Amino acid sequence: MTAGIRSVRGVAHAPGRATRLLILGAVGLVFAVPILAMIEFTLRRGLVGGYDFQRWIELFQNGLTGEYAPVLVALANSVGLAVGTVVIVLVLLVPTMLLVHIRFPRLRRTLEILCILPISIPAIVLVVGLAPVFSGLARFVGSGVWTLAFAYGITVLPFAYRAIQSNLDGVDVRTLSEAARSLGAGWLSVLLRVLVPNLRRGILAGAFIAVAVVLGEFTIASLLSRVNLQTALVVVSKNDPYSAVILSLLALFVAFLLLLAIGRLGTERRRPARADPTTPTTPTSGGVQS
Amino acid sequence: MPAAAFGLLPFAVYVLLFLALPTLIAVGTGFVGNDGGFTLDTVAALGDPVVLAAFGSSIWLSALTAIIGAVVGALVCYALLGARTGGALRSTVDSLSSVIAQFGGAMLAFAFTATIGIQGMVTLLLQERLGIDIFADGVWLYELPGLVLPYIYFQVPLMIITFMPALASLKTTWAEANATLGGTARTYWLRIGLPVLAPSFLGSLLLLFANAFSSYATAATLTSQGAQIVPLQIRSALTSETMLGRENLAGALSLGMILVMTVVMIGYSRLQSRAARWQR
Repeated sequence: MTAGIRSVRGVAHAPGRATRLLILGAVGLVFAVPILAMIEFTLRRGLVGGYDFQRWIELFQNGLTGEYAPVLVALANSVGLAVGTVVIVLVLLVPTMLLVHIRFPRLRRTLEILCILPISIPAIVLVVGLAPVFSGLARFVGSGVWTLAFAYGITVLPFAYRAIQSNLDGVDVRTLSEAARSLGAGWLSVLLRVLVPNLRRGILAGAFIAVAVVLGEFTIASLLSRVNLQTALVVVSKNDPYSAVILSLLALFVAFLLLLAIGRLGTERRRPARADPTTPTTPTSGGVQS
Repeated sequence: MPAAAFGLLPFAVYVLLFLALPTLIAVGTGFVGNDGGFTLDTVAALGDPVVLAAFGSSIWLSALTAIIGAVVGALVCYALLGARTGGALRSTVDSLSSVIAQFGGAMLAFAFTATIGIQGMVTLLLQERLGIDIFADGVWLYELPGLVLPYIYFQVPLMIITFMPALASLKTTWAEANATLGGTARTYWLRIGLPVLAPSFLGSLLLLFANAFSSYATAATLTSQGAQIVPLQIRSALTSETMLGRENLAGALSLGMILVMTVVMIGYSRLQSRAARWQR
């Protein structure tokens, strides 16, 4: 009579084991093909045929110092930009969100719209307007690669906002700050010693996602003629596709580990003894390709 | 205004300088003519057959890959329903999805060149084993049809990320109520599951459309010549000022993109607020 709805770990409408394996297996297999093709490509032995690890060995033996030194420089650029972007998130976004949350609750909706807005503005459109802004900026602070962090701060805004906001929703920031104030704490120590420690998961998740987005950014750097990891890989791929693919595989793997770490942050939130009303959603949701 | 309002200034100035100003410039330059005065000529270029064709291709590509991505992604979400949140399976799928959806970009172009390029693994396998030449009618990987597979490859993961929370919010009690009242799995999905999920699904579909529509990196890396879709036309307009003999064409194209994105994102936020009703 009630046939068809099974209960898997308390989820009554979950699919059966066979259905699950079939769907995940089929999609997983298809999605593995391009990655396998990349690996196969790097192991090819040129015209001789057959496979070996020669290209991987060569790249690591001499590549990382000689001809591929620009890639290392580009990687350093990207890491520097990631740090700069995280600083923007920490110094500009976090205090503003807290201030709005505590003192100007009526502005909350405005801030949300403002922070989510960059999703609906394609990077390729932003770059059209950023070109004149950056040439103006160059007159004051030069045209170093690091200035890109200003643009990336905007690109990561929706992701960072969501990660921090989902944490903020579950913490009674107002009461905490009032309690600290009534015990004689100044605003700075309320911020640094009470609020930030309580929001560290959201802030950390926001910072991680910012790093992932910046390391993957191509559009803005490419069209403003700055060198970062992605643009350097494209340059390498023109002369030496094999090395470009090897480096891409490594970058994808590192990014995977980084995002796995973010996922852990999201789920650990359940564990503390004190009941935390927020649902542990992974803050990596949403997003638009660059 | 209290003194604390000054604390909002730094962020306001930052957003004004790097979000509002660039967007206004991007859209505004479309109205500036060669002589620096106001003109509608450049915006009129949006009616040019070449430009219209690019918008057509962009919309076709985005719609096709959004629909396929949404259906496949929703199936994967369904398959993941029984898996524990934070378990090994879920966190691996989540992280892999985020990597591909947000980090892929240029690298997906390499991946698909290695897969279905002229010397790609799948191309050669099909040729040697089955005698099928996928490029019998010419090499299509570096043209519009070649973008379909890479785009689907990053659309499905985005669907998994955005749709999973909606599917996970289906309440066990609803299934139990359905069973108590004598319903079957069929009535559960037709009367409860699908109607509740419809706004979320359509919302995610629109987000996927927006994602493909604004995507640049994969297409730019895969096709170094030609400009079949709007983002690539903006590239040519930016790099060669003389395209179609009009300056500031990039601005007009940006305006067109923003218009499409605005319509899509308004639809998305409407659907999201409808969907939010069930996600408490």
